[in-house]
Amino acid sequence: MSDDIYREIILDHYRNPRNKGRLTDPDVTIHDSNPLCGDEIDMHLRVEEDKIKDIKFEGRGCAISQASASMLTEMVMNKPLTMVKNLAKEDILENIGLTNLGPARIKCALLSLKVLKMSMVKYYTDKDPKSAGDFSDEVVKY
Amino acid sequence: MVMQKTALSVQEIRQDFPILKRKVGVNGSKPLVYLDNAATTQKPYAVINAINEYYSNYNANIHRAVHQLGEEATAAYEQTRRKVAKFINARSVDEIIFTRNATEAINLVAYSWGRKNVKRGDTIVLTEMEHHSNIVPWQILSREKKSKVCYLGIDDQGYLKIADYDRILKEEDVRLVSVSEMSNVLGTIVPLKDIVKMAHEDNIPVFVDAAQSVPHLPVDVQKTECDFLAFSAHKMLGPTGVGVLYVKKEILQEMPPFIGGGDMIREVHKQNTIYNDLPYRFEGGTQNIAGVVGFSAALDYLAEIGMDKVRRHELEITRYALSALNGLKDVTIYGPQNFNDRGGLISFNIADIHPHDLATIMNEHGIAIRSGHHCAQVLMERLDVAATSRASFYLYNTKEEVNLFVDALIDARRIFRI
Repeated sequence: MSDDIYREIILDHYRNPRNKGRLTDPDVTIHDSNPLCGDEIDMHLRVEEDKIKDIKFEGRGCAISQASASMLTEMVMNKPLTMVKNLAKEDILENIGLTNLGPARIKCALLSLKVLKMSMVKYYTDKDPKSAGDFSDEVVKY
Repeated sequence: MVMQKTALSVQEIRQDFPILKRKVGVNGSKPLVYLDNAATTQKPYAVINAINEYYSNYNANIHRAVHQLGEEATAAYEQTRRKVAKFINARSVDEIIFTRNATEAINLVAYSWGRKNVKRGDTIVLTEMEHHSNIVPWQILSREKKSKVCYLGIDDQGYLKIADYDRILKEEDVRLVSVSEMSNVLGTIVPLKDIVKMAHEDNIPVFVDAAQSVPHLPVDVQKTECDFLAFSAHKMLGPTGVGVLYVKKEILQEMPPFIGGGDMIREVHKQNTIYNDLPYRFEGGTQNIAGVVGFSAALDYLAEIGMDKVRRHELEITRYALSALNGLKDVTIYGPQNFNDRGGLISFNIADIHPHDLATIMNEHGIAIRSGHHCAQVLMERLDVAATSRASFYLYNTKEEVNLFVDALIDARRIFRI
């Protein structure tokens, strides 16, 4: 099973993460960690015309959490915010090709999605608190 | 004495632990290799049966019942207290208090002794390799008292910087030194006798977090002359939910109660209470009687084998594992390289494989190791790592298990294409 988890693409994103770093002038920056294992992700976003114009992440943690974050940034770059809003856990797990992770490791795979959704809530709250409602519901239990 | 020199009969010992027969991993195909003993240990039949026997035959509340079951339960509970006193060579049985775990024992002292004795501006000396349980209670106390905690550093080998200790004792208003006898991450065994002696020269008491040492080494509180000592039953073959606090009697007599309630009182009136004698004054409410009874069997089990032998066996396994790990490429081992200076555990990292990924791969091989910060984030910062993997051994582990562990490490390298 480990051979199924640690496929070439996961190791590639772990060792050569895409969109890793900071943005000089982000519209929103959010940090979160998994207290159980200490995995950390920071997301930096720039938004233009309700699209994700640019996204970068920083983080440290296991191959699953870091590869998942890298692949997520590629997935949402230049995509409309509504697409982010509708992203489900299953979309992420399918995107990274890990659909049968155990309960302990699934949190690693979903940490970056949680941080991305948190940053959406912050973006809308900063812009107009009323409009954040829809997104707030999205940041549920991961 | 001749008996003492012979090695442990590990295969016989393994027969006493039902869980070691379990198969785990992919389709339950792998024999369990349990290398997470610093977190908790497995239980022999003797412990499991003692708990069963208590509930089946003489379950009753202790100390006040006049009926036969109450007397039997009280006798078993108090006999365990005597066994604990003997196990760590306390002068008096009154110096032994049962708690829920080592963490509660530390909190008891911080709350009771600490609130009475620690004043504004005082310093509590800890070390950089403490478990969170020996950091957070002192931070809570210091926030309340406006005292401060100060950390004795470690060198790159994982030894305490004893020269700095001397300086801290001279320069700061030190009110307490609280130190782990054996690090749960580095395995370092500290020079406790010297630490206590130096503190006592300035009349500073010393608390010993013995959660990792009492289960694995001969410990003698009269030899080290420490003032407080805490450990947990579940890390030494006993059940969860039982811990021990040892406090020198002259200190304990002056300590105000921690948890108020039944059993810790002599007389209760509307406006005042006269507290019970030692050690009952610190055991408010119904205690974990079944757990203490189970712990009794664990103490018997270890005493019969002898802690010298347990220590020697662990040294042998650790020496073997260290040399195997040193033979692998890209392995970083944390803590003293001289295995005589460490307990039976090894924290390490291998290449760029994150400890959580390694633990996942190990798990498929049926091997239980721990990964993460091991409740020692201060130490992780000092080592400048986010996490480590840790294999920790006990009296039932074998060299064959170390071989399986090393094979799994080699497989992890293959999976990570290293």
